[in-house]
Amino acid sequence: MPKMKIDGIEIEVPAGISVLQACEMAGIEIPRFCYHERLSIAGNCRMCLVEQEKAPKPIASCAMPVMEGMVIHTNTPMVKKARNGVMEFLLINHPLDCPICDQGGECDLQDQAMAYGYDRSRFHENKRAVPDKELGPLVKTSMNRCIQCTRCVRFATEVAGIEDLGATGRGEQMEITTYVQRTLTSELSGNIVDLCPVGALTSKPYAFNARPWELRKTQSIDVMDALGSNIRIDTRGREVMRVLPRINEDINEEWIADKTRHAIDGLKRQRLDRPYVRRNGKLQPVDWTEAFDVIATRLKDVAGAKIAAIVGDQCDAEAMLALKDLMAALGSSAVECRQDGAQLDASVRGAYLFNAGIAGIDRADAILLVGANPRWEAPVLNARIRKRYLAGKVRIGLIGEVPMDLTYPVERLGHGPSALDDVAEGRLAFLDALKGAKNPMIILGQGALCRPDGAAVLARTRVLAESVNAVRDDWNGFCVLHTAAARVAALDLGLVTPGGIEGVFAGCEKGDIEVVYLLAADEFDMKRLGKAFVIYQGHHGDAGAHRADVVLPGAAYAEKPGIYANTEGRIQLARRAGFPPGEAREDWAILRALSAVLGKKLPYDSLDQLRQRLVQANPVFAALDRQEAGAWGTFGTPGAMGDAPFRSPIANYYMTCPISRASQTMAACTAVRQAQQQALAAE
Amino acid sequence: MAFLDRTARTFLLSEIVAGFVLTLKYIFKPKVTVNYPFEKGPLSPRFRGEHALRRYSNGEERCIACKLCEAICPALAITIEAEPRADGSRRTTRYDIDMTKCIYCGYCQESCPVDAIVEGPNFEFSTETREELMYDKEKLLANGDRWEAEIAANLAAEAPYR
Repeated sequence: MPKMKIDGIEIEVPAGISVLQACEMAGIEIPRFCYHERLSIAGNCRMCLVEQEKAPKPIASCAMPVMEGMVIHTNTPMVKKARNGVMEFLLINHPLDCPICDQGGECDLQDQAMAYGYDRSRFHENKRAVPDKELGPLVKTSMNRCIQCTRCVRFATEVAGIEDLGATGRGEQMEITTYVQRTLTSELSGNIVDLCPVGALTSKPYAFNARPWELRKTQSIDVMDALGSNIRIDTRGREVMRVLPRINEDINEEWIADKTRHAIDGLKRQRLDRPYVRRNGKLQPVDWTEAFDVIATRLKDVAGAKIAAIVGDQCDAEAMLALKDLMAALGSSAVECRQDGAQLDASVRGAYLFNAGIAGIDRADAILLVGANPRWEAPVLNARIRKRYLAGKVRIGLIGEVPMDLTYPVERLGHGPSALDDVAEGRLAFLDALKGAKNPMIILGQGALCRPDGAAVLARTRVLAESVNAVRDDWNGFCVLHTAAARVAALDLGLVTPGGIEGVFAGCEKGDIEVVYLLAADEFDMKRLGKAFVIYQGHHGDAGAHRADVVLPGAAYAEKPGIYANTEGRIQLARRAGFPPGEAREDWAILRALSAVLGKKLPYDSLDQLRQRLVQANPVFAALDRQEAGAWGTFGTPGAMGDAPFRSPIANYYMTCPISRASQTMAACTAVRQAQQQALAAE
Repeated sequence: MAFLDRTARTFLLSEIVAGFVLTLKYIFKPKVTVNYPFEKGPLSPRFRGEHALRRYSNGEERCIACKLCEAICPALAITIEAEPRADGSRRTTRYDIDMTKCIYCGYCQESCPVDAIVEGPNFEFSTETREELMYDKEKLLANGDRWEAEIAANLAAEAPYR
């Protein structure tokens, strides 16, 4: 622990950190552009110059390791002059277009020019001009504004793992560019917009739409994948303008995936804003009372056992519990959450959690991916695995068909259950890697579970995890990677039926089930519901609303306060950023109102009371933002496994839910991705 | 003594005489009233009247939707919405000023980096309904076109002091 003196403050800092970090620990702000905590050190902006005693020149504090007895000054005339000079140089070629720049108001260069710069320029020559680059439908470039900090290049190569961006030329000719003119092929590309300290890279869908000072910021939780990334929703009036990441070291660090960030324009399209009832084969707009009356009339003589409910992938825990309670009041226990047919076992919590935690990836030293494609199922988690790979000394195996580069080298062990057997029985050497590892991790994806033999795969993987000593008191490396944001909370609430979703479909076909209540469930073939009377409560006019006999307009994730459990079982609270459109209402309130019409009034009148009931139903919901491994037990059904390869259920990363399917930005991304794949195939 | 003095003044009508003298003096001075609306008084180039949105001489609108005027407006009278125009440039799709809210402080023209929004010399824009005072972009641009000569002259006169 070297001792040093910064501006007269004696401070003891950990060895190996930089002077800049030491200054921050001492509470002194050092201006910087190229330095970023999560990226490698470039030291090329020179803004962080400080004075070190006995050094002849100012030193770049971001690249200077701390040493015993160092004496640093950050407020001397020399430092001030150095910062002034650097700022003047940076501004030589920076255009004065702050008024038309989307970064205006939240620009590092603007702020630091105000704080550390001169108020005028001595440069009267022409500024340089750089052609803009085409980086696809998400990132807009304005390369004249670039100050060559290379944060984007470092992010792309280090975190996203794509070597698409780079710098060519040097001095005044230096340009950031894609080597070959093409769209970024990363699912994390939106993050370079946040990283860019100036307005060279801005968000294309958000271009010129709003100014940062106009936006109201709401802390929320993402539902596009099961990670529960912490996000900030920026709204202006009723409109969601953009989504930015919040820092949560245990989940998303400070990255979010492109779908999280850019699917929000789907919140404005295809919305259900009033109730509908199907009459003569056509959905006709009605008011709430009428819609409820139609449901009440239909349900009057139906036995409870003939009613089933299916909950969707993006529901909040409150709505799911209200639905479960309503169904129970009607005499039905058939509430199913596994609409993709995943053979998940809800008997013990350890059976469906990402037990090691997302941060646990940093500690794992052998990772086996079974039927998971983390790059599409959870891009931020994939970046975490890549970070682990870069840290070194880890072996990563993959069982399943993943036709893409995961951004880190993997040992492809096979495609299907036979490869899982081969590993478990030692025919593949990867078993030794797992056995020899201190913290072995097995990530079980939905591709391995959404199949008829899913329960057998689950049991086989459990046995494998136990045999390689991955399940101990201090470490549980059995990790289920979900794709649905609502799934873990639903399983915590026990929203499973013995026959699974196939049982519900079979009941519909045989006529055992007459009424199906869909809570924003759209991800299955609606024809399987047979002749059942379908009540759809949700926010988008997607497959479910298309099939429904009664449509009740609900709220999307940004429009309701809600509790979500992510894939590691962490309970998180999302706040309301806006209000649902038209006559749409919060989901739990709709269920509560419907219950009164049906004469089975639910015992809660406010969200607070409902949340108390939630904690009663399962105490895990009481502990917010805490992660621990679930209880362990014997789960899964040992049996024969088929030989079909494990395939991820996600066919198109950009369109996985009603919101992203309604989004024009996501449609543009899909088109670009398809064109790229066709071009690749043509080669 | 004071009693005598006051009584003498009262009986000699000295105040009335003084008043008549003053009136007589003003008869021979030039008139200060003007015959409004046929005659109008002089206006300072800094006069802050009705708003206008200006154009460049090639007809391109100046406003670039930076929203500084909206941000600075103390009465929250300005509403702007923007999006990229077909040619990719930053332009407003909506520029509304609620003239019933406006307090004519002139901050909007102070903050404008391209001299697009200005308060022109027109002060005669009373209307018969409130609705007519909700100005939209079309109205403001039309104002700019109508008053461009005067506005440009005023800005030129003020240029040395800005």
